[in-house]
Amino acid sequence: MTVRKNKSLAARGSELTDTMIQLRILSGAERAALDLPTFEQKLEECGQYPLRPAELEIFQINIGKLCNQVCAHCHVDAGPDKKRENMDRPTLERCLEIIAAVPSIHTVDITGGAPELNPHFRWFVEEVCRLGKQVIDRCNLTVILSNKKYHDLPEFFARHGVTVVSSLPHYSRRRTDSQRGEGVFERSIRALQMLNEVGYGQPGTGLELNLVYNPTGAFLPGDQQSLEAEFKRQLERRYGVRFNHLYCLTNLPVSRFLEYLLETGNYEAYMEELVQAFNPAAVPNVMCRNTISVSWDGYLYDCDFNQMLDLKVAVPGKQHINDFDIEALKQRQIVLNRHCFGCTAGAGSSCGGQIA
Amino acid sequence: MSNDHYLKRDHLKKFGEITDFQEELGSKFFEYYNSVMDEGALTRREKALIALAVAHAQQCPYCIDAYTQACLKEGADEEQMMEAVHVAAAMKAGITLVFSVQMMEDVKKKTM
Repeated sequence: MTVRKNKSLAARGSELTDTMIQLRILSGAERAALDLPTFEQKLEECGQYPLRPAELEIFQINIGKLCNQVCAHCHVDAGPDKKRENMDRPTLERCLEIIAAVPSIHTVDITGGAPELNPHFRWFVEEVCRLGKQVIDRCNLTVILSNKKYHDLPEFFARHGVTVVSSLPHYSRRRTDSQRGEGVFERSIRALQMLNEVGYGQPGTGLELNLVYNPTGAFLPGDQQSLEAEFKRQLERRYGVRFNHLYCLTNLPVSRFLEYLLETGNYEAYMEELVQAFNPAAVPNVMCRNTISVSWDGYLYDCDFNQMLDLKVAVPGKQHINDFDIEALKQRQIVLNRHCFGCTAGAGSSCGGQIA
Repeated sequence: MSNDHYLKRDHLKKFGEITDFQEELGSKFFEYYNSVMDEGALTRREKALIALAVAHAQQCPYCIDAYTQACLKEGADEEQMMEAVHVAAAMKAGITLVFSVQMMEDVKKKTM
């Protein structure tokens, strides 16, 4: 166990804010000499290299890095200090044009930071709903209680049929607070109860509330179905909280989780475990194949993790939403690195949980 | 100074190699072992907690390593894991103390 850091890497001036250093660590050139295959090699071994996209279905927008929490494992390095990195209205308007123009996009997945802290959040959700697309909000829960002006978020979500996806790494206070910060568990439970009160997670309402479990340390998640059953049993029994599905996500060695692994001496063993658990059956369903990820400043990435490592889509000259070209994107090769082992370990991992 | 020890951390990783010297029996053992530990009438988490308790009772460092990891992976928390160890400790205490009945009977038989 480590002492939780209450500031982002950027606020602490950590050298890991330099994505080149993170990539050098992942390549084995710095900090730890990894005697491991590359992700490309493993894909080649199972005849799945190069990795190409399928139909674009999910338009994922990282609307900003501003967050009221500083979680120990955050791959975005989000926090209260990230006031500059937030999507502006013209960029959101451009996103809307693309969402409207590409019929295969059925879902708009809004993430952050805490997306709701972006001043254009509610307007944007309304506009996306007007286009008839499903909205997913990746809500950290505590934002709902962080200020009076957010107390009505559950009603707002319900009114627009937004699917709420929220991190709750454990039904135990200690496990949750060790990852997400002191007092987060209690406020998360209260927020979940507020969401339940307006119909989220309740049978027959159609209002979907899904929880995200990611391990609170250097270990891989267990079986999603079994964990979901246990979370449902414990949360209902202890707090009367209900939800629809539990998504199990593997922590990828990026940003603050990478820092945690390095500082606790768990990095090499964790990477070995990810590689050993490589599951070829997970590859066809990795999220980068049907998702495009947009950063707060409008650049395009294969996924949110590539975004945080500043690995833009491999479409020269067309890496920004102002140059969005769906046909060119369909032809691209997905950008890979060793962190990708996180999405293919065991039962696999995506923004929608296990995939194999 | 010699680095030789009877217990070496990396022996756990090599456990699968026991089939090198006797493949059939080793493979049967692992097949049985994996079936036992899989989801059944008891969940994998419950089985991992039982295994963690046994690991402590038997004081096997390999098993403690393996089942600490397995318990975390299956979603158990510190409280549950420590309670499992207390179950082992209580059993050990009980097992020790129940023999005192024999001692007491012997004492009563041999003393005035």
